[in-house]
Amino acid sequence: MASLKDVQNQITGVKKTKQITKAMNMVASAKLRNAQERIERFRPYADKFYEMLGDLAAGADESVHPLLEVRDEVKTVGIMVCTSDRGLCGAFNVNIINTARKLAKQKADEGKTVKFWCIGKKARDAFRKMDYEIVRAEPDAMSKFDFTLAASVGNELIAGYVAGDLDEVHVVYGEFQSMAKQPPVSLSVLPMAAQGEEGEKAEKATGGSGDYVYEPSVEGLLAELLPRFVKVQVYRGLLDTACSEHAARMAAMDNATKACDELTNTLTLLYNKTRQAAITGDLMDIVGGVEALKG
Amino acid sequence: MANTLKLEIVTPDRKVLSEEVEYVGAPGILGEFGVLPKHVPFLSALGVGNLHYKQNGKAYYVFVAGGFAEVSNDQVTILAEVAEKATEIDTDRASKAKARAEERATKAKERIDGARNQAALRRAISRINCKTSGKNAGTC
Repeated sequence: MASLKDVQNQITGVKKTKQITKAMNMVASAKLRNAQERIERFRPYADKFYEMLGDLAAGADESVHPLLEVRDEVKTVGIMVCTSDRGLCGAFNVNIINTARKLAKQKADEGKTVKFWCIGKKARDAFRKMDYEIVRAEPDAMSKFDFTLAASVGNELIAGYVAGDLDEVHVVYGEFQSMAKQPPVSLSVLPMAAQGEEGEKAEKATGGSGDYVYEPSVEGLLAELLPRFVKVQVYRGLLDTACSEHAARMAAMDNATKACDELTNTLTLLYNKTRQAAITGDLMDIVGGVEALKG
Repeated sequence: MANTLKLEIVTPDRKVLSEEVEYVGAPGILGEFGVLPKHVPFLSALGVGNLHYKQNGKAYYVFVAGGFAEVSNDQVTILAEVAEKATEIDTDRASKAKARAEERATKAKERIDGARNQAALRRAISRINCKTSGKNAGTC
């Protein structure tokens, strides 16, 4: 049986851990609020953007822009993975990395070359150990990023696609659905055919008229809009991941705090039992001594 | 309703403004355009420059860089990469950026992206103009 001192040390240790997990929980919840606000601020832009693209897609011929072109033979696949920089947020990062890895493996099995863009330290650490080429890694981006990062990554992806170095681009990130649910999502960004259909749907929903005056031409506008659309999607991936990370960490730390409470209870019980056993032992000794003196 | 436009300016980071206005003038990529109520549906890419709008007879100025403008049903939506109201512009910073860009333009070409530098210069000048116009109009 553990000695009294040992149990006491253990209890103090667990209590200290609990303090830390509780503090991390609170920090994560504060950061989560920030991240959620950013998403809220971004949403009007994204909504308007989809609307505008929808209006435009009505009058557009899908072969007018290189980003709309679907290639018959896909040789190279670009995957942008977005994870957090730091751990201690449950299975959040592992889930994203696994999703990306499965996608990469599937593409590699089909004989395609896979290239990675890694945003977040965890993604870089995971894919550095594998055989895939990492084109760009942003290990400390998640704590502080803005649209510029999304724009620069987006530009690289677009340039790669237009130059023919990439034939498909996917973005893997943690979608923020709710406080309890942040599933990894893989989104096909390029070629953009699928989004074109979505845009048309949006067009029907808003009931926008097709008689727009375009300046410059429809082609010119698409040339401006489509690259930006890629960046908007990249940015959304970043924002969602940031938000999900904090939500996941909050949940993980909440669980940890609860586990600490349970452990403290069990240990306190053990402590009391040990203490009582010691007292009983002492009493027996005294009684025994008294009996011996009597005799 | 018939005599006003709803102007909304949004950037990826925030909603800059949402107001009922009487007139909007914006820097289109092919040149400045003006929008009054009952404008035909219109979609244009934006350049770098100053957007101005009139509200209760007063002119207000906003700096915008890149993006799109959509006009439909008396609603003007500006999706800009960057947008700053005249009141928010930091003139010192813009002046410094301007001086820096001008200095770079005169220096040897090594390691400096000329086009980028020119864009920076244009942005700085536009910002300063925006501030000045706002001040002249008494709304900043």
